[in-house]
Amino acid sequence: MASAQHGQDHYYVPESSPWPIVAMISALLMVFGLALWINAVGLGAWIFFGGFILLAVMFYGWFSDVVRENLSNVYNAQVSRSFRQGMFWFIASEVFFFLSFFGALFYLRTIALPWLGGEGYLAMTHHLLYSGFEAVWPTAGPQPTAGEFEAMGAWGIPALNTAILLSSGATLTWAHWALKKNDQKQLIWGLIATVVLGLIFVGFQAYEYIHAYRDLNLTLEQGIYGSTFFMLTGFHGFHVIVGAIMLLAVLGRAIKGHFSPHNHFAFEAAAWYWHFVDVVWLALFVFVYWL
Amino acid sequence: MTTATHAHADHEHHGPPSGLKRWLFSTNHKDIGTMYLVFALIMLFLGGASAMVIRAELFMPGLQLVQPDLYNNLVTNHALIMIFGAVMPAAAGLANWMIPLMIGAPDMALPRMNNLSFWILPAAALMLILSFVVPFFPGGGTQINTGWTLYPPLSLQVGMSMDFLIFAIHLLGVSSVLASINIIVTIFNMRAPGLRMMQLPIFVWAWLVTAFLLILVVPVLAAGVTMLLFDRHFGTSFFIAAGGGDPVLFQHLFWFFGHPEVYILILPSLGVLASILPTFSRKPLFGHHSLVGAMIAIAALGMIVWAHHQYTVGMSLAAVKYFMIMTILISIPVGLIIFNYMMTMWRGAMTFETPMLFTVAIILMFSFGGLTGVMLAVVPADMQYHDSMFVVAHFHYVLLPGAVWGLFAGVFYWLPKWTGHMYDEKLAKTFFWLHVVSFNITFFPQHFIGLAGMPRRIVDYNVMFTEFNMISSVGAFFFGISHLLFLYIIIKTVRGGEKAKARAWESAQGLEWEVESPPPHHTWTTPPTIKTA
Ligand code: HEM
Ligand SMILES: [Cu+2]
Repeated sequence: MASAQHGQDHYYVPESSPWPIVAMISALLMVFGLALWINAVGLGAWIFFGGFILLAVMFYGWFSDVVRENLSNVYNAQVSRSFRQGMFWFIASEVFFFLSFFGALFYLRTIALPWLGGEGYLAMTHHLLYSGFEAVWPTAGPQPTAGEFEAMGAWGIPALNTAILLSSGATLTWAHWALKKNDQKQLIWGLIATVVLGLIFVGFQAYEYIHAYRDLNLTLEQGIYGSTFFMLTGFHGFHVIVGAIMLLAVLGRAIKGHFSPHNHFAFEAAAWYWHFVDVVWLALFVFVYWL
Repeated sequence: MTTATHAHADHEHHGPPSGLKRWLFSTNHKDIGTMYLVFALIMLFLGGASAMVIRAELFMPGLQLVQPDLYNNLVTNHALIMIFGAVMPAAAGLANWMIPLMIGAPDMALPRMNNLSFWILPAAALMLILSFVVPFFPGGGTQINTGWTLYPPLSLQVGMSMDFLIFAIHLLGVSSVLASINIIVTIFNMRAPGLRMMQLPIFVWAWLVTAFLLILVVPVLAAGVTMLLFDRHFGTSFFIAAGGGDPVLFQHLFWFFGHPEVYILILPSLGVLASILPTFSRKPLFGHHSLVGAMIAIAALGMIVWAHHQYTVGMSLAAVKYFMIMTILISIPVGLIIFNYMMTMWRGAMTFETPMLFTVAIILMFSFGGLTGVMLAVVPADMQYHDSMFVVAHFHYVLLPGAVWGLFAGVFYWLPKWTGHMYDEKLAKTFFWLHVVSFNITFFPQHFIGLAGMPRRIVDYNVMFTEFNMISSVGAFFFGISHLLFLYIIIKTVRGGEKAKARAWESAQGLEWEVESPPPHHTWTTPPTIKTA
């Protein structure tokens, strides 16, 4: 049996805040606008961008409040632990989002494709619908609609991008060391280097997409290869951009001298996110580009 | 077992802000819990209304009220509204109200995000309702006739309403993931000093397991419907065989979410029962630790059995066998929970207030649904049962007793705590009997017409099924009406009634009964210290 008595510590509960409602409105505008937009109805695009701007305002406002509270020292160790654990489980959910796309890739390549090629007990489908189709990867499927295409090689830009992203992980860790020994200058330079490397990565990625569309005829319409290639790399690229924005915000705060060896949750959150994006890239490099 | 010696209201703390701001800008777990519960109740009536139209249409063979596509859209909406709008938010409402009280925390770990998780729901509900409304407008495209499973290729052919639905699912997913993160962090980080994980009430454990399931599987659903969106609008071929894709891939993604989802729906309710049983049996809960283990086992096994929904789609024999065996294995931990609950009642000094009545009914009827589940899990048998009304009967027997009644039981059990008033026991018992009897009249006959071959999701049927469908529909109307009584009881209790003590039920255990009824706006602002003796 256990019993309770008065404890000593006081808990911290934050003041009420308008930002969640703003977040809801912005999310609603964005999805509503998008649903209209992709169906070419009315003001869809405008509504979407309105929601997007509101989203940006919301993030700025919400995080400003949190930063202000943090700087005025109302948070205690428990709040900081809550933030950390929250970020951790958020990344865990993101992992599963990416795993679904990798799972789709594996399923389509190793199970569905051989079937279409007449292997196994579904051979009849092949003979009746797609006889003559040979299951090789990469493929745009048994009835391609967008002409010939070339797959993206691994050892050009992708390999370079791998090196870039890995070194950005290293510079970020270098910045983290600096933070731990309270070397503000090294911290700032480390962050700048990381952001710059991230932006170079995004630039190369954009170049690669243009190259794919222009020279290789590799588009989203290129059957299952095009679908998985662009979805996986595209969602990853999107996460790199989000991560870079987070790091930029952290850089801004680092310049203002917000971080100390014992108080730098925002830095850690952005760093974890960045490393997560890094790891996803390694998996992408191996399974999408290389194998 | 934990008890606290002091109810602690912190009087130097301000009360709730007044007016609309209190609800819009809330950071208070009790207010947010209330909003979740009210939202769920509204959705319950909305989903119920679509079910009434479905049953009215099925009262007789032939087409009477609705056209086939509209019928199927109602079926789709009924499922989605009930699952995502009623059951999950209601369970989240209980979590919000009770977890902080039960673990001696002042609030959820991330109170503002908590408010966001709730307020995304009305936005999602709006998108869901729009998906239903849009086809009625000129140029609005066709109705969503796929059922809640949204299988391609049909879902690729539906008009723009499907896009509204896809985005509604995205929003629901965001809400669930944020709420789950909050619950996990709250349980790990906000327990009163000295309260160890293994001392936590089973309700808290059940929600912890549920939250993990949500974090793992909801992103997969989000990814699946995102691929659907891209196939619909941006020329990808994930689910199109001509481009090398496979419609069955969507089924795998959907059920990788969908099967764990059924445990997401029942686990919180089964957790509620673990609070109720000891109170009305006047005995400690039987096998606390083994219940924790069983719930973890259910979650783990539940992640690797999804394709038992796809037996007839043409998987390899090896895959089908694997999924059959794993599915049947789940009955072991589920059975363990049921037996533990029966052992808790064994030789107890039992009384049958409404929460306990529901609990006993759950144990009986949920087990029955579990048995039809084992029938469905057997591949050669399911070749016959699949997509028949038998499946409909099965999942209503697990979902209503397993999920919904557990929530009702929890609402009656904790209503005195929330409102400070005892509910009207006589009316509540009337509700119980009306509800449970009409439930059985509605769904029991569906087993037989299903076995005799009536398919689900079809608006018309062979005349040989008429009598049983009529019985089912009549039962359904009484079933629907019973909820008005439920609503009346709730409103009556909120407005007044016999004053509830802090410990509203004489032998109730747990920290939530140490604070006044109703609790002050802020509770446990000073953590109770838990001493284990
Ligand atoms: C021992 C436990 C259980 C077993 C072995 C089992 C097995 C099955 C099987 C094999 C099916 C597929 C039937 C078909 O479509 O041909 C099914 C459908 C279903 N089950 Fe269960 N089940 C069990 C418990 C549950 C529980 C606890 C719930 C919910 C709380 C549940 C909810 C559902 C739902 C919603 C469907 C239908 C989904 C749909 O097609 O729309 N089941 N079950
Ligand atoms: Cu299942």
